[in-house]
Amino acid sequence: MTETLETKPVPATETARPQGRLVLGVPKEIHTGERRVAVVPRMAAKLAKLGFDVVVESGAGNASAFTDQAYEEAGARIAADAAKVWGEADLVLKVREPELNPALNRHEADLLKEGARLISFVWPAQNKELLSRLALRKATVLAMDAVPRISRAQKLDALSAMANIAGYRAVIESAAIYGRFLGGQITAAGSVRPATVLVLGAGVAGLAAVGCAKSLGAIVKAFDTREAVREQVESLGGQFVKFEFDEKGEGEGGYAKQMSDAYLAAEQEFIAGHAKDADIVITTALIPGKPAPKLLTSGAVVSMRTGSVVVDLAAEQGGNCALTERDRIVERYGVTIIGVTDLTSKLSRQASELYSANIVNFLEDVMKEGAFALDLGDEVQRAMLVLKDGELMWPPPRPEVRAAAPLPPKPASALHAVEKPERSPWVGRIALAGTAALLIAFGLYAPASLVPHLTVFLLACVVGWHVVWNVTPSLHTPLMSVTNAISGIIVIGGMLLIAGPHVGLGSVLAAIAVLVSSINIAGGFLVTHRMLKMFRR
Amino acid sequence: MTATFPNVAYIVASFLFIMSLRGLSQPESSRRGNLLGSVGMLLAIVVTALALYIPGSGAPAIPSPGAAGLLAGAIAVGCGIGAILAARVAMTQMPELVAILHSFVGAAAVLVGIVTKLAGGTGVEVAGTAHELEIAIGVFVGAVTFSGSVVAFLKLRGTIGGKPLLLPGRHVLNLVLALAGVALVAIQVITPEPATALACLLGITAIALTLGVLLVAAIGGGDMPVVVSMLNSYSGWAAAAAGFMLSNDLLIITGALVGSSGAILSYIMCVAMNRSIVGVIFGGFGAEVHALGTQAAAGAGGTAHETSVTEVAELLTASKNVVIVPGYGMAVAQAQHAVREISDALTARGVTVRYAIHPVAGRLPGHMNVLLAEAGVSYEIVKEMDEVNDAFPETDVVMVIGANDIVNPAALDDPGSPIYGMPVLQVWKAGRVVMLKRSLATGYAGIDNPLCYRDNTFMLFGDAKQSVTKLLAAVST
Repeated sequence: MTETLETKPVPATETARPQGRLVLGVPKEIHTGERRVAVVPRMAAKLAKLGFDVVVESGAGNASAFTDQAYEEAGARIAADAAKVWGEADLVLKVREPELNPALNRHEADLLKEGARLISFVWPAQNKELLSRLALRKATVLAMDAVPRISRAQKLDALSAMANIAGYRAVIESAAIYGRFLGGQITAAGSVRPATVLVLGAGVAGLAAVGCAKSLGAIVKAFDTREAVREQVESLGGQFVKFEFDEKGEGEGGYAKQMSDAYLAAEQEFIAGHAKDADIVITTALIPGKPAPKLLTSGAVVSMRTGSVVVDLAAEQGGNCALTERDRIVERYGVTIIGVTDLTSKLSRQASELYSANIVNFLEDVMKEGAFALDLGDEVQRAMLVLKDGELMWPPPRPEVRAAAPLPPKPASALHAVEKPERSPWVGRIALAGTAALLIAFGLYAPASLVPHLTVFLLACVVGWHVVWNVTPSLHTPLMSVTNAISGIIVIGGMLLIAGPHVGLGSVLAAIAVLVSSINIAGGFLVTHRMLKMFRR
Repeated sequence: MTATFPNVAYIVASFLFIMSLRGLSQPESSRRGNLLGSVGMLLAIVVTALALYIPGSGAPAIPSPGAAGLLAGAIAVGCGIGAILAARVAMTQMPELVAILHSFVGAAAVLVGIVTKLAGGTGVEVAGTAHELEIAIGVFVGAVTFSGSVVAFLKLRGTIGGKPLLLPGRHVLNLVLALAGVALVAIQVITPEPATALACLLGITAIALTLGVLLVAAIGGGDMPVVVSMLNSYSGWAAAAAGFMLSNDLLIITGALVGSSGAILSYIMCVAMNRSIVGVIFGGFGAEVHALGTQAAAGAGGTAHETSVTEVAELLTASKNVVIVPGYGMAVAQAQHAVREISDALTARGVTVRYAIHPVAGRLPGHMNVLLAEAGVSYEIVKEMDEVNDAFPETDVVMVIGANDIVNPAALDDPGSPIYGMPVLQVWKAGRVVMLKRSLATGYAGIDNPLCYRDNTFMLFGDAKQSVTKLLAAVST
């Protein structure tokens, strides 16, 4: 991380800047139990180099062991209280979303300077009221929780950075409570069997947990609905437990999606089976914008060995375990269930360092020649933008399906001109007029007996059209042989004609028609049967 | 049993046919679909046979014992031949079988038309001009289907060459033939003389047969999937026309179902090959491609990296992600079983193996799927082009077996290439590409493939079957 940051070109020197320095404010986090800080001294130095005037509230870094002195040495100014930081800053950097400051008895959003900018976790879907408060301040708000999961944005992805920490810490927490070694050992006093750790959900947090538990010597199993993560689990030394059910779990934008009820029931049963043999279960399954799926039922907890530990990283979203209590550590049926939600805060030094690195990476992209210049055409910046000068910009337009390779524009060569002539609107009009003329002629001259047949014919065409579009491409050959067989229905024509008044040339020809169409019927159906028998899962 | 009874049974049969096509939408329900179709057919035949003995239900008269015997014999012999064909045909020969079966429908439609004409006014309700027109159309479509399918069959079989037959001025010739056909239809409809009308009908048959031959002969072998689907569609329309002739709704419905099914398949194939459907119907498009392609091939070049079986085996076993792209070459060499064994051996070593199928790989829509299914490959790891194209960058090795045009990068980046704009499998985005090929010769479209000369492409020359068998031995040890 350090290296990438240091090799980044610093865009503007102080003299080249067209306007005065932007004031960048870092207030102390006020959420109960929150120990992180948005900017660490090392990053404050980088921000100063980028051309910001960094103002840090006194004591902002204390909980993470970053002293005011360290900030000052990094080139930041120290402000005595929160009101001062908020009042002065053109751009406020925070970890948690703004909330009521009990000391000042004012909401942080109201402290924001009019027209100023805010970068923090915002959770716009859950915090509508906060958004309207910020809108009143004509604020521009960028949500660190809305960074899209694409390769280019990984350096900004604060959620992944935090999830990584939470996964690591979950293993540490559970190891502290679990009364045994995680790794197996053979000692003079006898052999110790290794603990089995089951990780539910192999996202960033889950993978971090897999890696950490493995490095402590445990046997690690990981479960996920997305088959695609198998490789990642295995690369960290975990075993991927495969659950088979006919639904794919890959959602939009790389996150898991919600599955059906039947699926969930089968999944719970499957997980219970694995949990029974596990000493530590770490659950990390989240679905964006939805309550966390209840993967670990109370029945599953009952069946676990006494002394086992469950860490529920989804406790904030309702928990993956049915018995989780938010922000508490409880014991149920001999199993300790950890539902604390501030695991990242417990590693606040590490978390602050990574979070502020994410923010600096973002600012490096946004700052153009010393000015804060958002680019709405940029997929990442657009996705993060919640409010622009007080105007609601969230949710962003749906992500486009990324084309594999954009085709170069077609040159108007002679060959292609012949191949694909520009369709003039007259083609459609002439076709329409032709159809109309045909229908009028038909209405005037055709015998009435033809009308019902024509009706049947046209309706059958429509039905056929709709039915056949649903056929999966892999079955196109069987489709063809079945339609072949049923077009042998022409056998009926031959049968009706064979029965003329006397056996003559007509009957013989009709018999030949019957014969060839019978070949079609028998051959078509039987060969289709043969083919379909071979299609297997 | 009353005269309405057959018609009610026909409604049931039509419904069963629709359900049959619906069942084919997914592999799980497809067998049931086929069964429903067979039941519908059996019902239709049995009811029609019974109806022959009920006056007024469509049949002209109660059949004489001789006619009844003839009928029973024809059905028995036909079913026997069909069953033998179905049991004996190799999966690689499916395109030929399908083509020849189309020709039977066409032939039946022609015969039904002529017999209807011979029977004259007896029994079948005569609706004057309209009826005569129906007969003419039925015979015309049937004859085109028949001769076209026979030519397609011969081309697919290799009895006649795959190269398009391009007569000078063929468009004019086709037009003249079509106009002559229209004139004969007009005379046939107007004339009061039965003999003249019959002669005209035979004339129409002859013209349509010629037209069918010319149209299909002018289409290049590479366009065969489209041609076969087109003929599938024609055979449906022929059956529908026969239905109009005989005022039989079951024939009309079934014909329309088959006709639209074939039309959709042709459309899908045309899109997949970036061909204009008009160009394919009127023939000769494949030829222009060929002529141009030869020029392009002369200009292209570079060095291809040749590799050996041992190297490929090492490459494959060292990979995590392998995609196999089968083409017509695999079908020709009958290599699908050995290919499956290779993928099984790799899977056993923990390699993720998938198959990527281009919509027009092979000579029939879905041809490769059938071959892989025959070899016992699970359809879950057989992916379509759209599913797999995004996955190539994460793929270590792509093994292209007997495919060429469908993996040609020129389709995307060379506006001068005749296949420019055709969607292709973007295999070159993978780490390595191994192409199993007989030589550096061009594919069916007759154009050079720059993929062969890419730095990450390795050529394994030789007969696909032999290469694959050797590879299997190397991978298994």
